[in-house]
Amino acid sequence: MSETQINPNRRFLREERLPHFFCSGCGCGQVLNYFTQALDALDMDLSRMVTIGGVGCTARIPTYLLSDTLHGVHGRTLAWATGIKLMKPELPVVIFAGDGDIASIGGNHLIHAARRNLDVTVIVVNNLNFAMTGGQVAPTTPMNSITMTTPYGNAEPPFDMVKLAIGAGATHVERWTTSRSAQCVAAIKRALQHKGFSFIEIVSQCPTNFGRYALKTDNPQKLVDWIDKEYTYTAADEKTKSAEELTGKLKCAEFIRESKPIYAGTNNSL
Amino acid sequence: MAIVKADERRVKTGVHFMLGNFAVVEGAISAGCDFFGGYPITPANEISELMAKRLPEVGGKFLQGEDELCSIYACAGASLTGAKAMTATASAGFNYMQEGLGYCYTVEAPVVIADVQRCRGENYASQADVMQMRFGASGDYEAIVVCPSSVQELYDYTIWAFNLAEEFRNPVIIMSETTIALMRERLDIPAAQDIDVFNRKYTTLSPEEYKPFAASEFGCPDAAPLGAGYHAIYSLNPHDEEGRIDWDPDVFEHLYRRITGKILENRKKICKTESFLMNDAEYAIIAYGSEVRPAIEAAQMARDSGIKLGVLKLCNVWPVPEEQIAAVSKQVAKIFAVEMNIGKYASVIERVVAGRCPVQRVTKNRGLVHMPEEIYKAVLEGVR
Repeated sequence: MSETQINPNRRFLREERLPHFFCSGCGCGQVLNYFTQALDALDMDLSRMVTIGGVGCTARIPTYLLSDTLHGVHGRTLAWATGIKLMKPELPVVIFAGDGDIASIGGNHLIHAARRNLDVTVIVVNNLNFAMTGGQVAPTTPMNSITMTTPYGNAEPPFDMVKLAIGAGATHVERWTTSRSAQCVAAIKRALQHKGFSFIEIVSQCPTNFGRYALKTDNPQKLVDWIDKEYTYTAADEKTKSAEELTGKLKCAEFIRESKPIYAGTNNSL
Repeated sequence: MAIVKADERRVKTGVHFMLGNFAVVEGAISAGCDFFGGYPITPANEISELMAKRLPEVGGKFLQGEDELCSIYACAGASLTGAKAMTATASAGFNYMQEGLGYCYTVEAPVVIADVQRCRGENYASQADVMQMRFGASGDYEAIVVCPSSVQELYDYTIWAFNLAEEFRNPVIIMSETTIALMRERLDIPAAQDIDVFNRKYTTLSPEEYKPFAASEFGCPDAAPLGAGYHAIYSLNPHDEEGRIDWDPDVFEHLYRRITGKILENRKKICKTESFLMNDAEYAIIAYGSEVRPAIEAAQMARDSGIKLGVLKLCNVWPVPEEQIAAVSKQVAKIFAVEMNIGKYASVIERVVAGRCPVQRVTKNRGLVHMPEEIYKAVLEGVR
């Protein structure tokens, strides 16, 4: 028997806070893992970074990281980041946000931070519902889905957050799924190195709420399969599937990565 | 907490004839303000407009946020990096900022907020936010609210507000009003060496020893700027001295006792009042903000009629200057609580007076400041 191997990336975590509070099968733990892999690969000093979470399951990710962290107010992550980056532009700032946090209550801050090309990384864990509050409909919930507040099915079309971010002016935008670990780590690495507004959406499984109510399963593997095969597609699928088959599904790709001036304050002419 | 002299490059020493809103900006710049986040709203706009011009001149940063929430949270973020951050708004915009204010109280981020009170959605005089300034955000906290009554005091009290914010690591609200914000008056800006500027105390401990929420001077924790390796969590959730999120009832209670205690236990240090014609007074007006001006005139009119009326001016309304109000209630036969709302702070005065003398409410809530004659008439009727 070999000795127990400790994941070396645990050095990035607040050891005393483990085990984390995420439900078993939740994608937030995976995203935390991908982020530490990206930090390790880039040899970044987490203790000289600021990580931010609002409110929600995803918002808890930074509270396990050994960095300076702001946490606990719903939707205001980018507003905090704007003040921090104006005063300390050299500090890397990474935001972990759920879909409700960034696209619902924080939607206004999202489009304006993207418009300004604020130099931050936003990692969005899109679990397709408000999970921490018990599984209510979100602006990202697929149409017709049953949730706790759409007992007759969701009558609203969902946001495509990638199109929203690109349309608002984000200069680096990617979308992947939790099952695509290599792509997620690579995307986070690119985001951490990008000068400007990076928006990485990771479509994630929520077995406790979205799974049970919308898909009638709390099996995380079934959810991951549904996300990968039924709800998202890649460039390869575009060659084999008709446009009709891809309608209403989210594409996974690196969509945009371009260089534009970053934000340094409303009045920066002096 | 470190006390230094103001930076002379920031202080426009001399005699000015200045708009009230501009005096707030010059006070802030003198006090070391280096971040401002605002959102357009009348009658606070001149604060943002002059900040946009002045801050880049002194190496500061100006942000016009997409809304009031962006402005207040950007202030919180900037403050945690070590900046002296400020925002300005008016009553309706102040509503939106309550959420961010609640965060600043809980993580002890010093921020200064000027609320230029208005009513009827426009530039009409009001003091109707006096309770919102104290109780607007959710959760337990203690507010510090200073109440200037002139353009000179808008300058002086803005410096005071920044100093209190740094000293107690608490948001401080400047209770401005349409009345004084849009008024032009003489303003004497002193020499930089005559202005004391307070800077928050930074920890000298190593990251391993440092506890971001352990009481130090005056019950406040020592600060550590973001990104300096102290890996602190600034969460709205209940947190222990190490900053760890923890819903243990003892942790919760300890946190809220400390962040309210640091203000209440230093009440005497914070509270200021001024007395006019009070030495031999048999009756007293208690007023704050622009209402102090007609109150003093009314007291002089009463003196001319042989009524021994004085005025206790509250330089701050929160925390409540309880000792000063109680002392007046022991001296006079009646107190007149003068304010521009339906009678809000009067209930606080009544609580502190505790029946030692009658308290008569003299209120006006129609978009206009009291005329001295109106207060005088109310006093005449009240002393019969």
